[in-house]
Amino acid sequence: MFSFFKSKSTPPPVEPASEQAALPVAQVTATEPAQVSASAPAQPQDKPRASWADRLKAGLAKTRNALGKNLASLFGGGQIDEELYEELETVLITADMGVDATHHLLKDVRDRVSLKGLKDATELKGALKESLTGLIGPLEAPLDIKGHKPFILMVAGVNGAGKTTSIGKLAKYFQSQGKSVLLAAGDTFRAAAREQLVVWGERNGVQVIAQESGDAAAVAFDAVNAAKARGIDVIIVDTAGRLPTQLHLMEEIKKVKRVVQKADETGPHEVLLVLDANNGQNALNQVKAFDDALGLTGLVLTKLDGTAKGGVIAAIAKQRPVPVRFIGVGEGIDDLRPFTATDYVDALFD
Amino acid sequence: MFENLSGRLGGVVKSLRGNARLTEANIQDTLREVRMALLEADVALPVVKQFIGDIKTRALGQEVIGSLTPGQAFIGVVYEELTKLMGAQNDALNLAAVPPAVVLMAGLQGAGKTTTSGKLAKRLKEEQKKKVLLVSADVYRPAAIEQLKTVAAQIEVEWFPSDVSQKPVDIALAALDYAKRHFHDVLIVDTAGRLAIDEAMMAEIKAVHAAIKPIETLFVVDAMQGQDAVNTAQAFNEALSLTGVILTKMDGDARGGAALSVRNVTGKPIKFIGVGEKLSGIEPFHPDRMASRILGMGDVLSLIEDVQKTVDEAEALKMMKKVKSGKGFDLEDFKSQIGQMKKMGGMSALLDKLPGAGQLGEIANNQVTDKAVARIEGIINSMTPAERRKPELLKASRKRRIATGAGVSVQEVNRLLKQFEETQKMMKQFSKGGMMKMMRGLKGMMPGM
Repeated sequence: MFSFFKSKSTPPPVEPASEQAALPVAQVTATEPAQVSASAPAQPQDKPRASWADRLKAGLAKTRNALGKNLASLFGGGQIDEELYEELETVLITADMGVDATHHLLKDVRDRVSLKGLKDATELKGALKESLTGLIGPLEAPLDIKGHKPFILMVAGVNGAGKTTSIGKLAKYFQSQGKSVLLAAGDTFRAAAREQLVVWGERNGVQVIAQESGDAAAVAFDAVNAAKARGIDVIIVDTAGRLPTQLHLMEEIKKVKRVVQKADETGPHEVLLVLDANNGQNALNQVKAFDDALGLTGLVLTKLDGTAKGGVIAAIAKQRPVPVRFIGVGEGIDDLRPFTATDYVDALFD
Repeated sequence: MFENLSGRLGGVVKSLRGNARLTEANIQDTLREVRMALLEADVALPVVKQFIGDIKTRALGQEVIGSLTPGQAFIGVVYEELTKLMGAQNDALNLAAVPPAVVLMAGLQGAGKTTTSGKLAKRLKEEQKKKVLLVSADVYRPAAIEQLKTVAAQIEVEWFPSDVSQKPVDIALAALDYAKRHFHDVLIVDTAGRLAIDEAMMAEIKAVHAAIKPIETLFVVDAMQGQDAVNTAQAFNEALSLTGVILTKMDGDARGGAALSVRNVTGKPIKFIGVGEKLSGIEPFHPDRMASRILGMGDVLSLIEDVQKTVDEAEALKMMKKVKSGKGFDLEDFKSQIGQMKKMGGMSALLDKLPGAGQLGEIANNQVTDKAVARIEGIINSMTPAERRKPELLKASRKRRIATGAGVSVQEVNRLLKQFEETQKMMKQFSKGGMMKMMRGLKGMMPGM
């Protein structure tokens, strides 16, 4: 977080109902930086505010420990031999990187080793870091919301990936940059999903467009129009979780996108897929399926604060590179961060 | 469900089938491939290592030798080992307690605890006629309690009100007290999702566990989980002494490695699988069936049983003779074949059990619906016996009549005839190639209509 935007600190009244669309333009719902940090203690974990790198590192601690423990024994010294490569392969696989990306990385490391004439196992770590950074580096592309108003952001993902939670964090993220945010409660399927977003909106002073029942596409359409009428900067469209094997639901989400296009022909400007870092190689299937259906423009990798290693982004980088816009490294509302390849790799290995 | 994994393993094993003899060297290669396949399928590394170790010992031992071909023997070993890995048989829910039997649900965020609680309640209510009480101790996620309330209303199961201002332990105890006084058979306690490394949250669920002393503590795990599934399962197991596992989102295309490893690492049986978002989408877990499916053998064992049970042997014999004698396989036979297939639970049930159904891809799977089969039957029924015996009689006018009779378009009649021709070809192959070949052909028989 870099731009600390100062603006009105009074949170506007929450208007979950869609009939509010006709009301005059709402105030900008930005909060002071102080408030952003003040909202953190509301979360279960009451921890002091740490620096970006610290948080990322803390969030990835488990990953680092798992990898680190393995790697420490590997990089401890000695010769670089076949057995060592075999071990390295195992470690990368255990981090959920997948067979394909692992082989790619190993080949790359081998090339580096022979090119530089590395002999010692300790030097392998540097080579591996370089390889991994080289692989996932292209995924680093921060989200730019300039150029469109309202900027329409559509969020998709499988059940339980953390879409709604991420949307909350995203809303806070944009608010902290002084943007006004509107949420569209497009998960019309799961019990109480709408309520989840509405409750969240009330707590955090973010406007939510919801409908009693019905069609996700209709909610999105209303929301886009409401956002235009109210002069909102960013609109985030939530959708119900769906598995890519449920073809009818994939058709439905395509429809949501088409209908958004009807409301605003330039939109949606960003189609985000939320991925659970706990997922294994299936995450790759998810990226492929949702990309084929919607044309993804970015990913959000959630739950990296758990025991998950998130290595699947290496597999994604290898087979279907879609930029990782954000990573979720904690339960706190501001624990959603732009993705940086080098920081990620450093957090993994140091 | 396990299509991807079975597809992959199917490929691996097939490469073995071509070998007349298993040598140490080609076992090494194949073992490595099996290892990679399992890892790619998200089976946890320790489990893979153990599996590979076991299988190597056994495959290099005498069991490979025998009346079977080496390939068959190897499949046998892999199958046995896989079954062993996933537990011997299906375990039902243990409700043998002084009522109410308390079931505690635990798991990571987004694993599907609340939905599964609802599914379980519905199943207990409908299949075992239990009086169930649902309560949510999730005071963290916004509207989590609301979600369970909605679910409970949908399945018409009583829901015990709770509030975010309460402590989870108090909620659970209050619900238990209520359940006792109102003579509920089962109390299902849904909890908030938590990370195994979150000590405060783990302490909280431990306290809930200690307070209500559940007879079943079920760990809900996402079938898409990666390598880490076992670590999480182990951590929860250590904290709560789990009694079982429920694997959710099995209708996805996850390779399902979690199923293989969780059971092995925790030693706790997988009791149910969650399939789909509908509240009826919960099924018992059958390790043996899954093992054969994973191997690309499909549910061959149960298929064979099904076939034995339902297919009229005489009819089959008649058909066999006909095929062997080289006489034409006509639409009448085609129809009786479809009839037999229906007896075995329809096309989708059959396809599900066939080996290598994974190779078909999801799309084909989705298209071969029982609806399509019913339509085929309708078309054939609209033909005269003479036409069924001699399909070459069918020209434009007859086709039009048949189409009208069956309520389909002429194109669909044509498509059926084309499929029939292909089946005929296949039947000829069958007379040369035997059962396995036919089964493989069967899958291509009915592209969606």
